[in-house]
Amino acid sequence: MSTTTELRKDTGTPDSAEETLLELCSMHVFYGAIEALKGIDLTVRKGEIVALLGGNGAGKTTTLRTISGMLQPRQGEVRYRGERIDGIKSHELVQFGIGHVPEGRRVFAAMTVRDNLEMGAYRFSSVDPADMDRVFTLFPRLAERRSQLAGTLSGGEQQMLAIGRALMGEPELLLLDEPSMGLAPLIVQQIFEIIEEINKQGTTVLLVEQNATQALGLANRGYVLETGSVAMSGPAAELLSDPRIREAYLGEGAA
Amino acid sequence: MSLQEFWDYLVLGVMLGSLYAVIAIGYTLVYGVLQLINFAHSEVFMLGAYGSLIVLQLVSPGDNPSVMASIGFVALAMAGSALFGGVTAYGLEKVAYRPLRRRGAPRLIFLITAIGASFFLYNLAGKLFGRDPLPLPEMYENREIFSLFGAGVNITQLLQFATAVVMMVLLDLVVNRTKLGMGIRAVAQDAEVAGLMGVNIDKVVSRTFIIGGVLGGVAGFLFANLNQVSYTMGFIPGITAFAAAVVGGIGNIRGAMFGGVLIGIVETMTVPLLGDEWRSVSAMVVLILVLMFRPMGILGERVGRAA
Ligand SMILES: Nc1ncnc2c1ncn2[C@@H]1O[C@H](COP(=O)(O)OP(=O)(O)OP(=O)(O)O)[C@@H](O)[C@H]1O
Ligand SMILES: [Mg+2]
Repeated sequence: MSTTTELRKDTGTPDSAEETLLELCSMHVFYGAIEALKGIDLTVRKGEIVALLGGNGAGKTTTLRTISGMLQPRQGEVRYRGERIDGIKSHELVQFGIGHVPEGRRVFAAMTVRDNLEMGAYRFSSVDPADMDRVFTLFPRLAERRSQLAGTLSGGEQQMLAIGRALMGEPELLLLDEPSMGLAPLIVQQIFEIIEEINKQGTTVLLVEQNATQALGLANRGYVLETGSVAMSGPAAELLSDPRIREAYLGEGAA
Repeated sequence: MSLQEFWDYLVLGVMLGSLYAVIAIGYTLVYGVLQLINFAHSEVFMLGAYGSLIVLQLVSPGDNPSVMASIGFVALAMAGSALFGGVTAYGLEKVAYRPLRRRGAPRLIFLITAIGASFFLYNLAGKLFGRDPLPLPEMYENREIFSLFGAGVNITQLLQFATAVVMMVLLDLVVNRTKLGMGIRAVAQDAEVAGLMGVNIDKVVSRTFIIGGVLGGVAGFLFANLNQVSYTMGFIPGITAFAAAVVGGIGNIRGAMFGGVLIGIVETMTVPLLGDEWRSVSAMVVLILVLMFRPMGILGERVGRAA
């Protein structure tokens, strides 16, 4: 896609500063000499589901990894509740209430389902049984398999476990990196319903997806990344009906 | 070999093996969290032995101590070895390995650093403590206390075996039942994700070294109690225990225990069958055979499956 004119300027200017949870301000991230993110601006407000879309290598994972402190921006800022959090290590950042479900699930394969969930609550001095119950209510399949080793779960179950594990840390903001990756449509449907449910229960969500239709169907707003820059952004409904999005991500011919 | 000889050597082998197991755990734990072979672990073992020697020289047990006094001397010696072992391992990680991790150094650099640290430490010990082997001062009057299948077991042997077993049980509990243990297992499986869950990786790595160091240090004391203390004493037991860790499956704690006991038995049995000069050779033969037919070790390389 060479015509990367912006659909509109970032509409994410919050109505009031209080509402803004996460703010990326012209964030540049490098891998060695390679500039993976070339000045990203992005805002997530409390209570929203924001979709972060883009093709392979666009920089979606890099964005999430920078938010959770695994990478440091060379330029620009990451703000959470107005406070600068870039430069804070990921294990300290958890205390801010940011949960991250990494790309490829990355459950602790040699631990049981229960141990994985307990790991999710590592930041607390003890595991809150209410959190465990909540996860098992959201994902009854995990409850049945609580003593099973995570490595022996199916892909869909592992994704559920990865989400459940992040929920055990009681996140205020949940970062989800391609939860639909490699899953059958029916399971994807289920996972997306659960994400909606989690959001309704009060967790703000930043959802990275390649699956643009489904992600925008769920989201309030969306951003489209292209080779490290925000190419488009706006309300989900507008993005869904934008011909360029339809062409590039929904596999339709030029409008 | 008569049946009686068989029992005699088997008992000896299991006891020696328990010591190898404790040392092997030190290699396997560190490998688990950092995928690093800490070749300087043999020096942790050696310095642990010096720790007990120094403490015993300070308190200098006289002749014929009472039972209570004997227990006290043993406890102090053990504490000294644990302290020296733990501090040495902690310092090694801080000074030698952590700066390399910060820079994301390639694996080979870690290996060379480990070997360099080992050379440095044993030469330092030779310089500080002298190059002549020294016996530990006598803490109790050693005598046979019972016999197992007709094989006599004395206090020193019992102390060695019982301490090794207790340490392994405690370690197993720490790794499988405590929050630190859970952190260790998580870091071993996926350090980055463990960090996302709030695990302070540096802290977990540091504590893992300390745990391995305490085990290795106390093993040094137990070994010195049977033999002597010297600045080169770490090399052969260190290499043998490393072989045991690989035989059991490096990264796998129960594998290290199993490999240790197996190599202890094989080594000891070699003496009556082939002669004392084949002892160390036999451990390496076991290693080579295992690597040929089961490269991941007998119980399987299981990074993170710490148990
Ligand atoms: N560790 C790394 N070292 C060097 N370059 C990297 C590294 N990780 C990612 N990159 C590069 O950064 C760019 C963005 O990668 P990123 O993983 O963020 O993309 P993505 O949008 O998540 O893609 P995908 O949808 O395939 O997961 C790519 O060009 C990638 O090659
Ligand atoms: Mg990605």
